[in-house]
Amino acid sequence: MEQMLRAQNVRFRYDPEQPVWALDGVTMDVKKGEFVAVLGANGCGKSTLAKHFNAILLPEEGTVLVEDMDTRTEEKLYDIRQKVGMVFQNPDNQIVATVVEEDVAFAPENLGVPTEEIRTRVDEAMKMAGIYEKRKAAPHKLSGGQKQRVAIAGVLAMRPDCIVLDEATAMLDPKGRRQVMQTIDKLRAAGVTIVSITHYMEEAARADRVLVMSGGRIVMEGTPQEIFAQTGRLHSYHLDVPQAAELRDALEAEGLPAPKQIITPDAAADWLFELLK
Amino acid sequence: MLRDITIGQHFPGDSIVHNCDPRLKLVATIGYVVVLYACGNAVGVALSILLLLALYAIAKVPVKLILKSLKPIVPIIAFTGIINLLFYPGETPLVSFWIFNIYPEGITFAVLMAVRILALIAGTSLLTYTTSPTVLTDAIENLLRPLSKIHVPVHEFAIIMTIALRFIPTLVDETEKIMNAQKARGAQLDTGKLGQRLKALVPILIPLFISAFRRADELAMAMECRCYRGGAGRTQLKVLKFGKNDFLCLGFCVVTFGIILATRWVFPVIG
Repeated sequence: MEQMLRAQNVRFRYDPEQPVWALDGVTMDVKKGEFVAVLGANGCGKSTLAKHFNAILLPEEGTVLVEDMDTRTEEKLYDIRQKVGMVFQNPDNQIVATVVEEDVAFAPENLGVPTEEIRTRVDEAMKMAGIYEKRKAAPHKLSGGQKQRVAIAGVLAMRPDCIVLDEATAMLDPKGRRQVMQTIDKLRAAGVTIVSITHYMEEAARADRVLVMSGGRIVMEGTPQEIFAQTGRLHSYHLDVPQAAELRDALEAEGLPAPKQIITPDAAADWLFELLK
Repeated sequence: MLRDITIGQHFPGDSIVHNCDPRLKLVATIGYVVVLYACGNAVGVALSILLLLALYAIAKVPVKLILKSLKPIVPIIAFTGIINLLFYPGETPLVSFWIFNIYPEGITFAVLMAVRILALIAGTSLLTYTTSPTVLTDAIENLLRPLSKIHVPVHEFAIIMTIALRFIPTLVDETEKIMNAQKARGAQLDTGKLGQRLKALVPILIPLFISAFRRADELAMAMECRCYRGGAGRTQLKVLKFGKNDFLCLGFCVVTFGIILATRWVFPVIG
């Protein structure tokens, strides 16, 4: 399988005068079509890493490759940004226009896509994100989850191969978060590569692969089952495990050996059902 | 209280007035104001008001809205009316007291002037009622586009307008939140002398500005992520087209404005 994103020994600091490295030698890759979740406590460098994937930030040392394009190649800047879409935390600060469909059209307009094609792309992106019914609405009248889906649609209209979600669900209520997760599932099914920076373990549990960051480095890597089996180690990085894994650990402490791969509510429910039958 | 502030109140609808090309509407509104003042006689002004009422009727904008848009300017009208009444020169005074003389000419002029101001506001309101702010911005950008040849940053102005319109409600919400937060900490915003009240605004404005700058920063980054690089090479989702209906509207405007203006040479010009 081909690689979508590759970071090789990336080091970055915000202030070149200080020896404080926000990223201190990160090496990782994301395959095409993969869903990778990046976990980490505040200030661990996960958002900084995300901003390297579409050349918002450039590494001081090391290289970041987007489908073999070095993010430092200036001529390729807009190709890179078109390929890797980025969705941020606060939906309010990403929406430019006063009407939903015009906001979704913003990116293709910038790319100089012909008018008729903008229309098809915008409709397609809005349907994908599930906000087609709201296309004529004013963004400030929408709920948080709807606004964030407008932001996702705005990125989808570029037809990116990869979407980076930088804590895109952090400011949403549970309902909004669920709506956004449904959209992410749809994108996954459509073959879009997804990198999700998140605080929510439940979201990370659905990923293909989980990366854990601490102090500007990647400290753990593996499938969600592998990662969330190591409760103690996660706690040492100031991270929690999903509620289902917490339940698993609690039961185990009481002398009820539970399988390690229980990390989602469904898996926990199935296992308990079998047990109690 | 902040919720009452509405800028560019838009009254959506599907009439010919709504659907007419916004560029034409903008130019016609300016034309209307010129004609209103250039015709210079009561018949002309009466005709222009009739025209306006007809357009309002076609657009199905409720009368209540017209009155609402006129309410804030009543003091201005009253003021200009009184000034005109007192100082307009004439031949035989109708009433004289102290140093003032009121002439019949003054009365007609004052009334005419008041009616014109009303028509002016109602006319421009019709534009904002029937045209959404975004469409209006598009129209302005489109009309001013020739100026970009001489390096006037037309696209930049348009995007600033759009973003400003987009963020007004967001910042109004934010202001309310900050006000409530400060009230919860014991700030007194609605009581006290003017000086105290102005002082009480400082702890509201500072957080508001800081948050606005932070938002601007994030928005700029989000725009960069969506490949924004200025106006060059940009295409548009909605391209303004001057259709058959718009030509009809244009013809209608030319004829009606012409008739109103023509009254100038038929009836005596006042003032």
